[in-house]
Amino acid sequence: MARAAVSGRLTGRLRWQTATVEDVRDETGTARTLVLRAPDWRGHAAGQHVDVRLTAEDGYSTQRSYSLASAPGGDRIELTVQRIGDGEVSPYLVDVLEAGDQLELRGPVGGWFVWDPADPSPVLLMAGGSGVVPLMSMIRTRRNVGSRVLFRLLYSVRTPEERYYARELGPGGAQGGLDITHLYTRSAPEGPRRPPGRLTEDDVAAYGWPAEFAPMCFVCGPTGFVERAAEILVAQGHDPQRIRTERFGPVGG
Amino acid sequence: MRPTQAAGTTTGEAFQDGNVLAGPFREFFTTDLTTATGTCAACGRAGPLAELRVYTHAPGMVARCPECDAVVMRMVRGPEAAWLDMRGTTALRIPLPGE
Ligand SMILES: Cc1cc2nc3c(=O)[nH]c(=O)nc-3n(C[C@H](O)[C@H](O)[C@H](O)COP(=O)(O)OP(=O)(O)OC[C@H]3O[C@@H](n4cnc5c(N)ncnc54)[C@H](O)[C@@H]3O)c2cc1C
Ligand SMILES: [Zn+2]
Repeated sequence: MARAAVSGRLTGRLRWQTATVEDVRDETGTARTLVLRAPDWRGHAAGQHVDVRLTAEDGYSTQRSYSLASAPGGDRIELTVQRIGDGEVSPYLVDVLEAGDQLELRGPVGGWFVWDPADPSPVLLMAGGSGVVPLMSMIRTRRNVGSRVLFRLLYSVRTPEERYYARELGPGGAQGGLDITHLYTRSAPEGPRRPPGRLTEDDVAAYGWPAEFAPMCFVCGPTGFVERAAEILVAQGHDPQRIRTERFGPVGG
Repeated sequence: MRPTQAAGTTTGEAFQDGNVLAGPFREFFTTDLTTATGTCAACGRAGPLAELRVYTHAPGMVARCPECDAVVMRMVRGPEAAWLDMRGTTALRIPLPGE
């Protein structure tokens, strides 16, 4: 580790590195977690992402960003990718890649959408669909460092079957000081207290933090979801400076 | 398949946050530029580059001001060089981590 850190500093700019797929795990019918071993990994902060580059045999190459789902530690990292039907990159990552395959990546990158475990402020995490990925890294980091900072997660997802990390974020995965609320947009489990539907002001008022608590708010997901969630937070008096967003683009959810 | 997509096909939802510039910037800068504060030449808004609206499906990457929508930065990567067009930015304040 020490040697890698020094060489990283000398190099300055960040280079592409080759990671090996060690394992793949289905999260839902359309999303998969890739467990990667990246020998030159220098650790990361919760919320950061990597860029993944795919190169075709004719030399054409394209890259996309994917959030780190895992907490930092060692040379294993995890990404969770949602398959977008007509997408260029995500179907390959979700359907084609298998254990033993290699992947080019650059990271970790991004210093803004990052949770600092030394910050004692309460935290509100709001996820739409695949937007839960970097927030999961924050939840896992909180657990690993033994933090007692209060976390609330509002996770908006279409149906119960489309929840990521269902076991870790289910009743069995409870952590003291972490409240989890699933908001279903299309169909909810039997006997719901809340009818299925998109995120509302009432949801945020009921399951978020009051603005007076001055929480750090991390909002992530498809651009439409993030716009809506950020609007509601501002309308409820949250300081825009404490609302950090990560828009994944027009798709997903 | 994706009913939210119907509402999401307006160009208004086609952007990502400036966070997505983090990797491309690190190709030639040694520090994270997304936490730097940029000042928009059109409206004077100052804020972290992470809050810009970035359109990656344009040729290259185009970053617009979240306040006035002016283009503040444009980046094109060729095989041998990268072009960073910053005529929409009047100043960049880059935080330097203490030694
Ligand atoms: C910082 C960051 C982190 C991310 N983290 C994750 C993550 O953890 N997990 C994850 O699954 N995804 C993540 N994403 C999204 C990811 O980078 C890709 O955008 C996504 O996987 C789709 O890529 P694709 O190549 O499959 O689709 P693309 O080929 O890029 O196209 C996707 C779809 O969007 C439509 N589309 C593309 N451009 C436009 C446009 N301009 N206007 C309207 N529609 C358009 C296309 O028609 C297509 O339906 C993240 C994005 C960012 C910026
Ligand atoms: Zn402006």
